Amino acid sequence: MSEIRFSGYGGQGIIRCGLITGKAVSLFDNKFGTMTQSFGPEARGSACSSQLVISDERVLYPYITRPEILVSMSQDAYEKYEPDLRGDGTLIYDTDLVKPKPVRDEIKYFGVPSTRFAEEMGNRIFGNLVMLGFFTAITKLVSPEAMKKALPGLVPKRFLELNIRAFDKGYDYGIELLAKEKEKPPAMIKPDEKPPVSKPKKRAPRKAKS
Amino acid sequence: MRKVKADPKGVLTGAHYLDGDFAIAEGGLAAGCRFFAGYPITPSTETAERFSERIPFVGGIFIQMEDEIASITALIGASWGGQKVMTVTSGPGFSLMQENIGLAVMMETPLVIANVQRGGPSTGLPTLTGQSDMMQAKFGSHGDYEIIALSPDSPQECFDLTIKAFNLAETFRVPVFVMTDECVGHMHEKVIIPPADEIEIIERKWYQGPKDKYLPYKPDKDLVPFMVKAGDGYRFHTTGLTHDERGYPVLNAEVQDWCVHHLVDKIRKNAHKIIELQEDQIDNAEVVVVSYGITSRVAIRAVQLARKAGIKVGTMRMITVWPFPEKRIKELAGKIKAFVVPEINLGQIGREVERCAFGQAPVIGVTHCGGWVHDPEDILKAIKEAVR
Repeated sequence: MSEIRFSGYGGQGIIRCGLITGKAVSLFDNKFGTMTQSFGPEARGSACSSQLVISDERVLYPYITRPEILVSMSQDAYEKYEPDLRGDGTLIYDTDLVKPKPVRDEIKYFGVPSTRFAEEMGNRIFGNLVMLGFFTAITKLVSPEAMKKALPGLVPKRFLELNIRAFDKGYDYGIELLAKEKEKPPAMIKPDEKPPVSKPKKRAPRKAKS
Repeated sequence: MRKVKADPKGVLTGAHYLDGDFAIAEGGLAAGCRFFAGYPITPSTETAERFSERIPFVGGIFIQMEDEIASITALIGASWGGQKVMTVTSGPGFSLMQENIGLAVMMETPLVIANVQRGGPSTGLPTLTGQSDMMQAKFGSHGDYEIIALSPDSPQECFDLTIKAFNLAETFRVPVFVMTDECVGHMHEKVIIPPADEIEIIERKWYQGPKDKYLPYKPDKDLVPFMVKAGDGYRFHTTGLTHDERGYPVLNAEVQDWCVHHLVDKIRKNAHKIIELQEDQIDNAEVVVVSYGITSRVAIRAVQLARKAGIKVGTMRMITVWPFPEKRIKELAGKIKAFVVPEINLGQIGREVERCAFGQAPVIGVTHCGGWVHDPEDILKAIKEAVR
């Protein structure tokens, strides 16, 4: 059984990530995948997340407790959910949007500039698909074929091709990264030694309606 | 009562990845529901959204009403017009519906209400789970009456039990509740929708006799009266007042006795046909975990752990919560050491189990006020306490 949390800010397609992966494992990889998600204000702007439990048997407890995989696409979400990540877990993050803290326990770090890649392809909206491709390559929890089969119905039809290309971009990057790491094992991406100072959001407080 | 195959128009055959709310909508459409009136409320809104998207394409009607009172009232009218009807709501909306749920019961109107329960009372926890409307489902409206309530534990069961709810509503001319909760409603899982010809649908018992002889409240052999479609030329009267077989108000103790007993008896005397339980390893069990909905699913993990520890524990999962499986609980109470009843409220169904156990076996409740599903460890602790 694996517990996964996808996280970022509302609007990045974080809940879609959970849906696509859950559908892929449940319908095309012959496993059980139970997906739950953030509701309320957090799904609409601040740190939001979707949680997925993947298992070979029926999932009895639908929520994640100690995820072994955390996918982070924003600093806020990373900081909010990182403490829950298991000590032997895996962190997968967007290298431009998340500055990880110093290495904790046995956690493995894998970064991909997913949003930048998506922008290079024409639109940052595909960032979550680059991330999913990367996630698929690194974790091997779900087959890339299943992930692609899961896309129709969950992404707009006219953008299906672009979404698949974004997925492939992330997937190939992940495979390459793993191959490089095999050559010289210690060359894992090292997060910055100093923890970044998280800047408070600049936003005028909302005025009370009179 | 006529059994037919589902109308393929409403059946989205195949494997899907749906949340419980969507699955309820698909279950309703597969069962032949062609009229939906509702008012959006978290965490049930997705069902209404899906209906609004899908129902125009199967020849049905979706109306967003001004509130839940109007929603249930519209259902009663549409049901008498001959349609299969449903609505969906949660906590405060279910409270608003109560008066006319009583009207639907009194008028013996088949309809289905899905309640995606959230934490209460009042607006409570809109986005978080609860199972605290179980007693309200049974006793929420005034007067003595009986209804049917089902409790699914997964999106797949949301689909299956919504169809079952329609079949029961049509069979017994009674409101049927699908009592799910936020956790199941918002949980995505695989849902298999079978081909239409594998889905059994029960048609309403339509009256076939001469037009001037129709009596809307004359019980048939199974205690359920025949129905006609309003507008088909039958002259009939129906009312929320105490009425006789003709449906005309007769306001005295004698007819009240007949009328209310009829409403109650058609469910109580048919309870054995309605009640569905899933039992596991109950025969030589020392402890039986009685649960329903999402809690019954989480409880399995606790039961597995308990069995590993050598405890003889059986489970009774109530698919039907109302009518309550009184006889079965009574039977078990004489044979076991204790019942464990986990639920996301402060002991609503636990109290029912206690009543039926009649002091023969203690009932250990594992309860909390909602907002989360049980930690299986808490249920395990209660099981261990029960065998001591």
